[in-house]
Amino acid sequence: MHQNDFRARGHAAWWAFLVHRISGLLLALFLPVHFFVLSQALSRPAQLNDFLAWTRAPGVKAAETLLVLALAAHLAGGVRLLLVEFVGWRAEWQKTALALAGAAALAYALLFALNG
Amino acid sequence: MSGARFAVSGTGDSPMAPSGTRTGVRAAAWRFVLQRASAAVLGLCVFVHLASIVYAVRSGLSAEAIVSRMHANPAWPAFYAIFVVAVAIHAPLGLRAIVDEWLGLRGFVVDAVLALFALVLLGGGLYAIRALAG
Repeated sequence: MHQNDFRARGHAAWWAFLVHRISGLLLALFLPVHFFVLSQALSRPAQLNDFLAWTRAPGVKAAETLLVLALAAHLAGGVRLLLVEFVGWRAEWQKTALALAGAAALAYALLFALNG
Repeated sequence: MSGARFAVSGTGDSPMAPSGTRTGVRAAAWRFVLQRASAAVLGLCVFVHLASIVYAVRSGLSAEAIVSRMHANPAWPAFYAIFVVAVAIHAPLGLRAIVDEWLGLRGFVVDAVLALFALVLLGGGLYAIRALAG
C-alpha cells in the first residue's frame, strides 16, 4: 500500500523528493561512464579529445546541461535535507528553502549552458 | 515480530523491511550515519566540482588541459580521492532506497549487487584519478 495520496503529492516537498530521487538515480548511472571516459586521458588522449569535441554538439550539450542540472539540484536538495534533519524543521521555512534550492540549481545550470 | 521496528526514510529501510532484529537495527543505523556523513562530505566536494567545471570549460577542455590541472597541485588528486570514496558510499545506499521503495526488492542479492556497484565506483574512480594524475 502506498502511503502517499494525491494530497501528499500536491505538496512542494513531494516534488522535491521526486527531483532528489530521479537526479540521484541519473547521477549514479552516469558515474561509471564518467570514470571510464576520464580514465582514457593518459592511455588514449586522442580518443578523449574526440569525445570532448563530440560533447560540444548541441544535442549532447543539452543532455550535459541536464546532467549538470541534476547534480546542482541533488546538491541543493541534499543540503536542504541535511538542514531539515540536523538543524531543525520549521514549517514556515520549508517553502523558502525549496524555492532557494530550486533557484540555485536552475541558476547554476543556466550558467553552465551559457558558459564558454 | 518482537522488538522495536526501526525505519529510516531514504535509506531503504521501509516500515515493511524486516529490520526489527538487533542486527537489523544496527545495520539500518549504520546506513543512516554513512548516508548522511557521505552526504555532508559530498556537499563540499560537489560545490567545488561545480565551480571547477565552470573554470575548466572556460580555460579549455582537453585531455592535456585536464591532466595538467591535475598535476598542478597534489591537493587535486587527494580531493578527488575523497570525492570518490564518499560517492562510492553514498550512491549505492541511495540506490538501495530506490529499489526497496519503488521496486520492492531487498535482501542479500540486492545488497551484494549494490556492494559490487560500490566497488565499481571506488575502483573506477580511483583508476580515473590515477590516469589523470599518475
